[in-house]
Amino acid sequence: MTAAPDTAPARPGGLPLPARPIAFALFCLALTLIVTAAALPAAAMRPPDWMVLPMADWINVTFAFVHEDLGLTVLTRAFADLVAGLLDITDNLLAGGRGGLGLPQIPWAAMAISGFMLGYGLKDWKLGALAGGTFTWLAVFGQWQWGMETLALIAVAAPLSVVLGFLLGWAAWRRPWVEAMLMPLLNIAQSLPHFAYLIPVVVFFGVGDHAGAIATVIFATPPMIRLTVLGLRRVAPEVVESGKMSGATRWQLMRYVRVPTARAEMLVGVNQVIMQCLAMVVIASFIGAPGLGYKLLQYLQGLKIGKAVEIGISVVLIAVMLDRLSRAWAELQPVHHERGTPWWKRNRLLLVWLGLMAAVAAASGLHDWVAEIPRRKAASTAFLWDPIVDWLAVEAYPYTNALRGWLLIHILIPLRDAYLAAPWTAVLALVAGIGWNVGGARSAAVCAGFVLFVAVSGWWDRAMITAYMVSVAVALAVAIGLPLGIWMARSERSARRMLLICDTFQTFPSFIYLIPVIMLFGVNDVAAIGAVVIYGAVPVIRYTIEGLLGVPPALKEAVDMSGGTRRQRLWSLELPMALPHMMVGLNQTVMFSLFMVIIAAFIGTQDLGQEMMRALSSNDVGKGLVLGLCVAFIGLMVDHLANTWAAKRRRALGLG
Amino acid sequence: MTMLKRTVLGLTAAALAGAGALAVESDDPIIIPTHNWSSQIVMSHVVGGIFEEMGYTVDYVSTDSQAVYEAVRLGDVTLEMEVWEGAFGVAFEEALAKGGIVDVGDHPAVTREEWWYPAYVAEICPGLPDWQALNACAEKFAAPETAPKGRFLGGPVDWLKHDAERIEALGMDFVVVNAGSAAALWAELSAAEKRQQPIVLFNWTPNFIEALYPGAFVEFPAYFEGCKDDPSKGPNPDMTYDCGNPADGYLKKAAWDGMEAKWPGAFAALKKIEFTNAQIAEMAKLVDVDELEPDEAAEAWMEENEAVWRPWTE
Repeated sequence: MTAAPDTAPARPGGLPLPARPIAFALFCLALTLIVTAAALPAAAMRPPDWMVLPMADWINVTFAFVHEDLGLTVLTRAFADLVAGLLDITDNLLAGGRGGLGLPQIPWAAMAISGFMLGYGLKDWKLGALAGGTFTWLAVFGQWQWGMETLALIAVAAPLSVVLGFLLGWAAWRRPWVEAMLMPLLNIAQSLPHFAYLIPVVVFFGVGDHAGAIATVIFATPPMIRLTVLGLRRVAPEVVESGKMSGATRWQLMRYVRVPTARAEMLVGVNQVIMQCLAMVVIASFIGAPGLGYKLLQYLQGLKIGKAVEIGISVVLIAVMLDRLSRAWAELQPVHHERGTPWWKRNRLLLVWLGLMAAVAAASGLHDWVAEIPRRKAASTAFLWDPIVDWLAVEAYPYTNALRGWLLIHILIPLRDAYLAAPWTAVLALVAGIGWNVGGARSAAVCAGFVLFVAVSGWWDRAMITAYMVSVAVALAVAIGLPLGIWMARSERSARRMLLICDTFQTFPSFIYLIPVIMLFGVNDVAAIGAVVIYGAVPVIRYTIEGLLGVPPALKEAVDMSGGTRRQRLWSLELPMALPHMMVGLNQTVMFSLFMVIIAAFIGTQDLGQEMMRALSSNDVGKGLVLGLCVAFIGLMVDHLANTWAAKRRRALGLG
Repeated sequence: MTMLKRTVLGLTAAALAGAGALAVESDDPIIIPTHNWSSQIVMSHVVGGIFEEMGYTVDYVSTDSQAVYEAVRLGDVTLEMEVWEGAFGVAFEEALAKGGIVDVGDHPAVTREEWWYPAYVAEICPGLPDWQALNACAEKFAAPETAPKGRFLGGPVDWLKHDAERIEALGMDFVVVNAGSAAALWAELSAAEKRQQPIVLFNWTPNFIEALYPGAFVEFPAYFEGCKDDPSKGPNPDMTYDCGNPADGYLKKAAWDGMEAKWPGAFAALKKIEFTNAQIAEMAKLVDVDELEPDEAAEAWMEENEAVWRPWTE
């Protein structure tokens, strides 16, 4: 993200004139402010106290009013009771909880077989093996109980998110004013760091598994809303027309015409919901969600890294399983049987499944291990991971230590001081200039507005430290991810393998990265930035690969035919063509980095994240939300710039 | 729905039968919060196990160890087994002032929070545990960004340990670097121990880390009344915080103020329940060294120590 002023090619015989004089003027202003910083009044250096609005107090007052005087508690309690009731049922069936229907826990063997059959029925035996294998892994590695507690929570949170998302999406599609209200809220909700959600949830719903489920629902619903709107809007008028001609009522039109036609988008939404739910597994455990996330934090706290990694693998396996299953379900075409096919042929798989279930029920009487493998008999791979960590801590240390010292003294500390020393007015002018350069007056106003919010929030210095860490991390992520992505995109096979690795790193609970980076670098900014880079490089790699693979083969051939070398093809065709898509990746990297930098507060940082942890432990809704909004607005600013730029660029390239 | 109701009724009846003579007691589960360190989780499960022996139902819920006092106050959770003077004293006192929470007495165990070093450091810096000896070899604890001053790895800033003030008041050549979580402290300690590197960090007792890494607390000028707010007292006549932390902080039990009315039997038992430093260390060891899960560790502890806990139930 360099802010080089955009200059037009020199006119013959004249000096180059800036193409966008106002942007250029803003850059000059920023530069002047920085150069003359020493002579500036204090109010131009730091946002003065009179400018800071007590937004946290306003939010707290509003919350207290809504909570206590408006009697919203009745509503929230009812919702909490509904969620708690559903959780009792799933927890009873899957994890053997004592509430709910009071039935015995489903044996692991039954779950594994059902998983296999489901995968097989939806797609093929490979998917079946994945699903069955995931359940088997959980059972064999002694994580059955926790895995099922997590699954029980997802089994409630995901359907609730889907229903809620569908209803809200449908309302937004029908009524423009709902959409106008909802969309900005969604933008903010999707860029708020996860922790910002937790505080209001605790205030309204208390702590416990139901609170964890509700936080998950809030986090997982937005993509479903978006995709529902998108899907309904894409339904071709001809289809609706034909429905009307057959005399369908409005309800019938919705139920039998619009929703089935928008099925593909909605199922993508379902898939997104499931992935978001899994992303919340660890974070929801901060407010009382049991299961894998809770165990993972416990193991990290007790320095049992091998076991924590094992739990991380379980989370990834569950995520991949649910992802593939829901995708297969989305792609599944209805099967039509010939008239007169006997029922047992039509329901062959169902019958086989019933038979196997009966067999499991019989077998669980023969041996206890069919129902549950005792934890102490379970296998463990911890012996594999601990030596790796030891090796990192001892053998790699001389190198990492030298790197850390050099980075801290020559790059990070000076850079951090520079960010903190920059007058806020200069930052405002600079950001407005970049906005103007990218998208004209509107973008300049949007970006300046975001910066102004941070300035009046009272968290300027903290926000600048966050910005410093994120910009270093993003720069490093691009420096690592871009060449790696280009290299991996050289063949279809290596590309697919790398994308799988990206999937894994993205779903792996990011908390685990925190401990090894501390062992390598110690508690300081290098460790925090290192953890952010591990997580943030993933989108750069992914979108670089996808962008390069997406270049039309005909164009590549044209370059080859005209005798271009591989290098020429890459630099003159593929990279420019893929750039808009890669820009989306960069945007994602910024988002990921912002989320991760908040989590890096557990290593020890002095940024917005650290304050957010404090707000969480003191249940301060207002402070938490203001901090969350600061993070969200930094993200939205980059999002706005990247999208505006990419859209312009796509149009220029004729990519639509 | 009726099916569900019937099941619930059935369960309630079963629970009642189990509770036997305690018919006046509520059948609602007693909700016990667990945090993210092993001794607290095991102790909570032991207490839960004792209540279950008495015929109560118990639920465990994981919560933040600071935010839990608000939850106790509101009755969202029923009790808290480990109220540390140093770490949670402020949050507890605040909740006490707001009402809704009661003090159920102290454990015999005492708590201490102080600068600490693993045993091998004593050879690197002779004269330890005296704080002046530590200060004399400050440079050995330096990191690139703090050199030539030593680096002290403190706990999270919001634990408010006033280490920087103490360094200034005692004129030490150290810089505080704050870790963001206890896990970060242990990660650095374990890495330093593997490399036999000098390190001095914030630690406390009772704590599982004692079982994994032997070590000792740095001895600062002893804590005295007024150290924190009267500059004229103590070795430095111009500054506060010229002393160490109290070496015998309390470890309390706290409960929701509705507990006594709702589960009188359990409340009476809770008043009697108390643990010593040795018992707490033993509980932590079961998890952190013997690799049991906390619920299994609680079971194991109860099996071994029936003579200890049985009288509390009577």
